[in-house]
Amino acid sequence: MSLWEYVSSRKDLILFEAAQHASMVAQCVLVAAVLGVLVGVLSYRRAHVSALALGMAGVLFTIPSLAMLGLLIPPLGLGVAPSVTAITLYALLPIIRNTVVGLRGVDAQLVDAARGIGMSGRRSLLRVELPLAWPVILTGIRVATQLAMGIGAVAAYVSGPGLGEQIFSGLARLGGANALNSTLTGTIGIILLALLFDACFVLLGRLTIPGGIRA
Amino acid sequence: MPEHGGVPIELRGVTKRFPGAGAPAVDRLDLLIPAGEIVVLLGPSGCGKTTTMRMVNRLEEPTSGDILIDGQNSRDINPNQLRRHIGYVIQQAGLFPHMTVARNVAQVPKLLGWDSRRIAGRVDELLDLVGMDPGLFRDRYPRALSGGQQQRVGVARALAADPPVLLMDEPFGALDPITRERLQDELLRLQEELAKTIVFVTHDVDEALKIGDRIAMMQRGSRIVQYAAPAEILTDPADDYVEQYLGGESSMKLLRLTKVGDIRLDRVPHAAEDADTERLLAEIEAGGDQYALIVDEARHPLRWVTVDDLAGRTGPVGDLGDPVGDTILGRMTLQDALESLLNADTDVVPVVGRRRVYSGVISLSTVQQAIQDIKARERERRRRRHDGPRG
Repeated sequence: MSLWEYVSSRKDLILFEAAQHASMVAQCVLVAAVLGVLVGVLSYRRAHVSALALGMAGVLFTIPSLAMLGLLIPPLGLGVAPSVTAITLYALLPIIRNTVVGLRGVDAQLVDAARGIGMSGRRSLLRVELPLAWPVILTGIRVATQLAMGIGAVAAYVSGPGLGEQIFSGLARLGGANALNSTLTGTIGIILLALLFDACFVLLGRLTIPGGIRA
Repeated sequence: MPEHGGVPIELRGVTKRFPGAGAPAVDRLDLLIPAGEIVVLLGPSGCGKTTTMRMVNRLEEPTSGDILIDGQNSRDINPNQLRRHIGYVIQQAGLFPHMTVARNVAQVPKLLGWDSRRIAGRVDELLDLVGMDPGLFRDRYPRALSGGQQQRVGVARALAADPPVLLMDEPFGALDPITRERLQDELLRLQEELAKTIVFVTHDVDEALKIGDRIAMMQRGSRIVQYAAPAEILTDPADDYVEQYLGGESSMKLLRLTKVGDIRLDRVPHAAEDADTERLLAEIEAGGDQYALIVDEARHPLRWVTVDDLAGRTGPVGDLGDPVGDTILGRMTLQDALESLLNADTDVVPVVGRRRVYSGVISLSTVQQAIQDIKARERERRRRRHDGPRG
């Protein structure tokens, strides 16, 4: 059976898994983005606090994804819960880091100008600092998304949802019928999803980065 | 919208200590800034002049002492509210790059809750005021503007809510010399209309002398060594420090501060073309001069005539004599006048006022005399002020 025949014969299942994969990644990144930007905003003014936040996210980052998923089985069991938790944790680091770097990169003179004309600290953050840091933050979210795509595949190891199932079941019976087709389908599917998401980020950047600072 | 003038600012025993720093940045400073004047805080970097300025709008909080703005203690006003009524201009303008020119200017009115129609009208009015065509620049982003244009917008933003006080922290420091001069001129022109109270921080002596109604010469710890009008600082520096900071050439600097129209000009006999030759000759000789100026009916200078031209002739003067080559304008600075005098074909050059009407003549010795007069006057004024109250 050729790859094409494999895909067309299991079209519904593959589309379902792809949709699951996309939905899982999107939701995890969304949660990670909200948490990460929040942590970044709360910590960027205090050097040691942001160092701590980044350090913790960095330690999490160094744990191999397979090990992380395995470690999450005892507390969370199998399925969606450990997958989503692991993906969100991994996605946090690039988002926190880029939020801190982005906010710190805002010209101090502009913050001074914002305060000097009578903006409150909060207004300055919302109207001046975050919009100016947004391109960097968005890049962090984009990197986090690519990361989540890959880790989402490994999540099949703990019976997580998504296209990882195709890869793992293929690898498990390598040499058997359709093993290669299954693995390839999962891999190519994830690559295509990643490209699609990336295109979305380009569009999102166009729509949300203010004209005056667009590259 | 009518623009409002300035209010006085008074600093009373203001001290600022930064944590970890030994000596205070500002040490028991007393300073009265009169309403509607430009007061320049002048001094080397690190002398505390910027800190002093930043305490006025509470970007820095004084460690002790009071700042009264129009009689009201700044401590009693919410800092954000206070700053919305004090214009703030910084080096390189500090425009928000992600906002258009119009939105940048609109920030303070927005903070004050004006409705959008009123804001839009005000934005256009202000862009006009700082010499930028609203139709052309309203929707541009700051990065599409030159440094000088950005700083104009910076000034417009500071003036948006018509604040009585303007704080300017080395606003023209990052501009090229030509643009800087032009913006200084425009600030002075604006100030003639607006009469705001302006606190202007700079380390540039020439800028201070040109811009300031008064200059506060500062030393480390914001200690004021001398607080006086530019001419007085030049003619009678309080001590060696001031003299050293001014960098010598104080007479040359006085030349730059003084306008030709403000000094006593020399007089020579002048007459119309139909004047009688013999009478003019008599007038010249009576005054002990050697020449006279012929002017037309609108009193524009036309020709020089000498005693030799006139001798032995009768009837009207007509077109005797040599055409006047150069004239000097009354609104030129003495420095420019000196430059023209050095390049002129004659030792004496006519000065013309508004509509090029003849108002006197000037020579190198006129300029020299004028400088001496100014110095003598300033010395006298200072002596009177020092002796007066006590005597």
